[in-house]
Amino acid sequence: MMLQVDIQARIGELDLDIQMDVPAGVTVLFGPSGAGKTTVTNAIAGLFRPDSGQIKLGDKVLFDGRQNVPPHHRLMGYVFQDARLFPHYTVRQNLTYGGNHDFDQIVDVLGLGELLARRPAGLSGGEKQRVALGRALMSNPKLLLMDEPLAALDGPRKSEVLPFIAEIAATRNLPVIYVTHAMAEVTQLADQLVLIDNGKVAHKGPVIDVLADPIAAKYFAKRDAGALIECVVERHDIDEGITVLASGAGPILLPGQVGRVGVGLRLLIPAQDVMLSKTALQGQSALNMIEAVIDDIKSLPNGNLAVILQAKELPIWAELTPLSVRKLGFEAGQNVFAIFKATAVGPV
Amino acid sequence: MQFDPAFWGIVTLSLRIAATATMIALPLAVAVAWLLARRQFWGHRIVNGLVHLPLVLPPVVTGYLLLIVFGRNGPVGGVLYKLFGVTLAFNWTGAALAAGIMAFPLMVRAIRLGFEAVDSGIEAAAATLGASPRRVFLTVTLPLIAPGILAGTVLGFAKALGEFGATITFVAAIPGQTQTIPSAIYGLLQVPGQEGAVVWLVAVSVVLAMGALIVSEWLATRMTKRLAA
Repeated sequence: MMLQVDIQARIGELDLDIQMDVPAGVTVLFGPSGAGKTTVTNAIAGLFRPDSGQIKLGDKVLFDGRQNVPPHHRLMGYVFQDARLFPHYTVRQNLTYGGNHDFDQIVDVLGLGELLARRPAGLSGGEKQRVALGRALMSNPKLLLMDEPLAALDGPRKSEVLPFIAEIAATRNLPVIYVTHAMAEVTQLADQLVLIDNGKVAHKGPVIDVLADPIAAKYFAKRDAGALIECVVERHDIDEGITVLASGAGPILLPGQVGRVGVGLRLLIPAQDVMLSKTALQGQSALNMIEAVIDDIKSLPNGNLAVILQAKELPIWAELTPLSVRKLGFEAGQNVFAIFKATAVGPV
Repeated sequence: MQFDPAFWGIVTLSLRIAATATMIALPLAVAVAWLLARRQFWGHRIVNGLVHLPLVLPPVVTGYLLLIVFGRNGPVGGVLYKLFGVTLAFNWTGAALAAGIMAFPLMVRAIRLGFEAVDSGIEAAAATLGASPRRVFLTVTLPLIAPGILAGTVLGFAKALGEFGATITFVAAIPGQTQTIPSAIYGLLQVPGQEGAVVWLVAVSVVLAMGALIVSEWLATRMTKRLAA
């Protein structure tokens, strides 16, 4: 069921004007703090009333300026950054507050069995978020909203929850709107990516397409800008301490033992870590070298150039200085080799 | 009169008056506290001022106003008498009314603080889970403000038990009907040689007040532990 959002609101200094369609899968809203992401999710949940516009879920109008369906009639599951569990109820009572749809299965998937009799006060941050996710799912929502559900957790706690979210998103036929400003969550979860800046949609589309476009790069930390590629774990070379992935551009090597053989994973190739060579190199330490054709060269806001490559089926791009591009005479249509270190492309 | 029936009559009458006053005032105090804490409306300040008036007016003035309004010839008292045959003035029910009105501002204040301390985000979360505003109030808000309600109830009960000025003006101190512990103590002090009886009434007052405080502290600690997030 498609969610259509077209809302306008003035909140303090921010002029919010958002148009987006949310299909099935995970749609990540990404952008700096104060850009209006949470306001959008609150409007979808019915917790914030926009000044004008329309919100539709399938054929059902949730908001159109005159009517505004109250939150308890919207059937939107909402996982908040601060969990918002009911402190006076046990975990079991929290979970079933909105219904007990798929109780056993959800308890099992989220690993909540041990916690059922406890109260929120005795839970870790990661456990609280798992309960909050379970509680939202058991209300059998039509759509799941998650507002930076991992932001309040430290690193290890994050990895305690993220796989659960990924599994829920992959196995349930439930559109998910996921707000974050952490790149690891984008690369691991997103099907669609909507970049929100200063109350407006700056870019939107399938995550791979958005990340492949250097124009969107300015919204990410420098370390995070780059193409996202989908690979499959081909084999582990235990002796050499590397993992070999199959990708649309040929084998890619990663350090260490990553994933299980046959499992798909996404790899972010940071544009700043990609080096281009006109000829195949030898005697360099970087393990990954793939053949590619230059598709286009674009200017980046920081003065550098983005060299967009087509490596067989994969679009990737490299950030180079104008000096390098001029000295080597790179231009569209040229064959090059893209080289990057195995250690630069950690699994995401 | 140390432990004769008259003594126990005064104590049980006081408890009955205070308990009735508190029980009837409580739901109203919750409603008014909710209104003041959660709603912005025209006349917010006026309602707030009216609620707090008994706290700052001389109690005798409050008692006199009650007499005018709720006396048998008063606008409200007259109607009550004609329709239901109910008389409040110079009756224990009138003592309960006076005690309730005097206790009301203290109850509202305590409960309002409770409302203001509830994270409205938790209520919003309940709404997204499909709970109607009524269900949110009953299952989330009310349990979360329980410590505030408890504090308001104990404060209100203690105030009602000790109410003197408004009560004696509105309902006098008729033995067996409206003579409460404070008015009995005052009456006895006017008669030489009754200090013995006064001591026991004072002792009962202290025990009741301390008992209420200790029980409420204990309950509040338990609730706070349960709610600690």
